[in-house]
Amino acid sequence: MSEKPQVKSSPSFFNNPRNRSIIYQLLLLFGLGYFFYSIISNTLANMEARGIQSGYDFLFNTAGFDILMSLIPYDATNTYGRTFIVGLLNTVLVSIIGIILSTMVGFIMGVAHFSHNLLIRKLATAYVETFRNIPLLLQIFFWYFAVLAALPSARQSMSLGEVIFLNVRGLYFPGLTPEGGASVVYAAIAAAIIGIFVLKRWAKKRQDDTGQQFPVLWVSLGMLFGLPLLALIVMGFPFAWDIPYLKGFNFRGGITVIPELMALALALTVYTGAFIAEAVRAGIQAVPHGQTEAARSIGLKEGKIMKLIIVPQAMRVIVPLLNSEYQSLVKNSTLATAIGYPDLFTVFVGTTLNQTGQAIEIVFMTMAVYFVVNMTISFLMNRLNSSVALTER
Amino acid sequence: MKRLTSVIATGLALGLSFGAQAGTLEDVQKRGSVSCGVSTGLAGFSQKDENGTWSGLDVDVCRSVAAAVLGDASKVQYKPLTAKERFTALQSGEIDILSRNTTWTHTRDTSLGLNFAGVNYYDGQGFMVSKDLGVSSALDLDGAAVCIQAGTTTELNLADYFRANGITYNAITFDTSDQTRAGFESGRCDVLTSDQSQLYALRIGLKDPSSAMVLPEVISKEPLGPVVRQGDDQWFNIVKWSVYAMVEAEFMGINSANADQAKSQGNPGQQRLMGVDTDSGEKMGISNDWAYNIVKQVGNYGESFERNVGQGSPLKISRGLNAQWNKGGIMYSSPVR
Ligand SMILES: N[C@@H](CCC(=O)N[C@@H](CS)C(=O)NCC(=O)O)C(=O)O
Repeated sequence: MSEKPQVKSSPSFFNNPRNRSIIYQLLLLFGLGYFFYSIISNTLANMEARGIQSGYDFLFNTAGFDILMSLIPYDATNTYGRTFIVGLLNTVLVSIIGIILSTMVGFIMGVAHFSHNLLIRKLATAYVETFRNIPLLLQIFFWYFAVLAALPSARQSMSLGEVIFLNVRGLYFPGLTPEGGASVVYAAIAAAIIGIFVLKRWAKKRQDDTGQQFPVLWVSLGMLFGLPLLALIVMGFPFAWDIPYLKGFNFRGGITVIPELMALALALTVYTGAFIAEAVRAGIQAVPHGQTEAARSIGLKEGKIMKLIIVPQAMRVIVPLLNSEYQSLVKNSTLATAIGYPDLFTVFVGTTLNQTGQAIEIVFMTMAVYFVVNMTISFLMNRLNSSVALTER
Repeated sequence: MKRLTSVIATGLALGLSFGAQAGTLEDVQKRGSVSCGVSTGLAGFSQKDENGTWSGLDVDVCRSVAAAVLGDASKVQYKPLTAKERFTALQSGEIDILSRNTTWTHTRDTSLGLNFAGVNYYDGQGFMVSKDLGVSSALDLDGAAVCIQAGTTTELNLADYFRANGITYNAITFDTSDQTRAGFESGRCDVLTSDQSQLYALRIGLKDPSSAMVLPEVISKEPLGPVVRQGDDQWFNIVKWSVYAMVEAEFMGINSANADQAKSQGNPGQQRLMGVDTDSGEKMGISNDWAYNIVKQVGNYGESFERNVGQGSPLKISRGLNAQWNKGGIMYSSPVR
């Protein structure tokens, strides 16, 4: 006779904790999906009922308005979609300038806090306390309507050697128009950059093997300037100067930095710089003093102590703080709209939204942009963070 | 940020409201006041004095609707709005009427879910320059820097005009008229462009008005009028006829001083407008003496014009296109009967 083997009865399907949790997750997902689906479809139905246009077709329509500054060719005959790109690039530009300059200012001011010179120390404190505590919008207005607006008119510009001009309309400096042979110069620049990387790796390897140091910095600088210079001389300076000149009301030619960009970049730099200075100070303070003493006792020079002992350890504290400062800077750049710098917010949420009336689509696109930009910053900073993080051996 | 809030409010209003919208008239009657979107301060059109009292040609539209609906012209709540904020404020239901020197264009009328309820000022875009620039025509402005306000028809007309004439310019765009004026005064731009009436208003706000002049060119048509949400025909009718009533009263020779007399002893047309033997108000869901209240409390169109932007005001704008149709202008009311 055959007897079925006794199976140990397993808990019923619904009592299995794994299955349960999967079911709950699915239910939640379904609920959320339904929630958003009904909000979106209801919004669309209501917009339709009220005669409000919706959809993304407007991106292909002619914009019909001009934009003060654009990094890509743009005029009023281009599309609304292009106004999005123009605004986006202007936002990226002012953010990059702001991030680079505020980092420089912040590190200088943060380190200045530990200076042996009382005046420098006080100055650093005064800087941080002043600019951290004044609302950013007020600072933007200050630079724009008080400082830059006080510059002379175009006809009475200040000038540097009659090639660089500064007036209430902006900063004008000569541009370079490439001519035949310019590509050789570009190639030389690229070669120099690649050369520097190779040199660095070689020098590190040499130091690891033999203990001998190589003056990487000076040789690199020499390459960076020397190679392009050589190319310039060989090719007989294959560029034409495009020097700004006054015609009618304004300067033409050359490169113009509009005062709106100057004011916004300045305000963002000075404001964010104050926060970064605090982050740097906190980072340095977090390194125990014993580290410095130990470094001194083995005979390292002060500069080397900073570079090899303090900064690498301080960075572990500083980098996460920098991440959030950079993200705030990008978000704060939307205050551009107060002085008319044509960033994404001014151009797209400002003018484009008004001309098309498609508020929901435009605000959605813009939010997505700031989200993506800040996620990118986060990603890069997290990578930097893991490269400075403590590696246990 | 205020703007973003109202965009989000619009989003929520559209996303969460199910079914038909409530009648604006009932809301206004329940609330006891009309919520009216006006400019942030534009002499002659909508401006707040030091006591916090609003006045102006656009403000008079709000007041006349309040007089018609609530019998009291002072029952208005004003919401100052920049050009960029105005349409979302109306769409989201924050205001009942937008009366803020707003040009009636096809796009705005057909794609924003809004309706224009008439015209209370026929305008056109012009240019203001500083006198020491030495230009006498807009065609001399090649290469000029031009200050404008964001979110206006001005931005578009400007691009059209300069392109059509093959001249170049730089557009510097500000959010509010104060900032635009500051840009002009600091010399950031050579030219300020806007609707002509607003140029006169901005000019008297300059530190030295005589240093600036308005160029003769008028480059566009700008019919300015009140706006309401689409889909509430009753409210649309009330606003439309409140504007008409002021124009019609002027045409019939009724003003705030003789309104009572016109009501008691006027000719049949005058008496009808003043609410005698008519159900003109009932048809709109309001009292029959609606037009009488408007004229008595706010005045007719001519009175409002002269008081706010005409000879009785610092702007001293002449009637021009805004005169009655039988006096050389194009102000023409459909008959109230
Ligand atoms: N009529 C035009 C322009 C209206 C407009 O906003 N004009 C400016 C003139 S500078 C203004 O009134 N600003 C007053 C304010 O922002 O409160 C339109 O509807 O787009």
